[in-house]
Amino acid sequence: MSLLVDIASALCLIAGAFFCLVGAWGLLRMPDFYTRVHAASVLETLGADLILLGLALQAGLTLVAVKLLMIGLLIFFASPTASHALVRAALLSGIKPLLATADSGEASSKP
Amino acid sequence: MSLVLAGATLALIVCTLLALLRAALGPTVFDRLQAANTVGTSAMMLLALFGFLFGRPEFLDLAITYGLLNVIGVIAVLKFFRQGDLGAAGASTEKKP
Repeated sequence: MSLLVDIASALCLIAGAFFCLVGAWGLLRMPDFYTRVHAASVLETLGADLILLGLALQAGLTLVAVKLLMIGLLIFFASPTASHALVRAALLSGIKPLLATADSGEASSKP
Repeated sequence: MSLVLAGATLALIVCTLLALLRAALGPTVFDRLQAANTVGTSAMMLLALFGFLFGRPEFLDLAITYGLLNVIGVIAVLKFFRQGDLGAAGASTEKKP
């Protein structure tokens, strides 16, 4: 039973580290601001919550697991809010998405 | 098990370095803000992993505080760049014209 919990925790940690690396690499390599936010959101929700789940599986039913749950809830609600505020501020300040100018303009951008 | 924790810690350090690179060469201020947000989230995960790696789970309190400050900081910097004043009244986007 303890071995099973250890294996599940290790799988969650490895998957979380993989998604964090993918998100950071996308944040560096994507061509546009909005796609960069999209890539970084992978790190901020999926990667972070998978790592927290892996740590909570190691902690067991203690106060540490409650703290990890609190951090997970904070990330799960506050991080998409911050990303949404960021993207809305960027859109209001006049940064256009890359495909909206490379495509045929205003005819197809707003369905 | 400690090897997995060390590997995840190393991956998160690499994530922080990549986000710092994006913050250094981001063209707009929003790119730098997104990079700062990513660095903050990575730092929270690093604090939690360090706490488990060295057997001191008290670092989780620091992670909670860091997360709260991260979100409030991003919103505050956004408002400052939009209105030039942290004490300005809101709802200026709808009734601009």
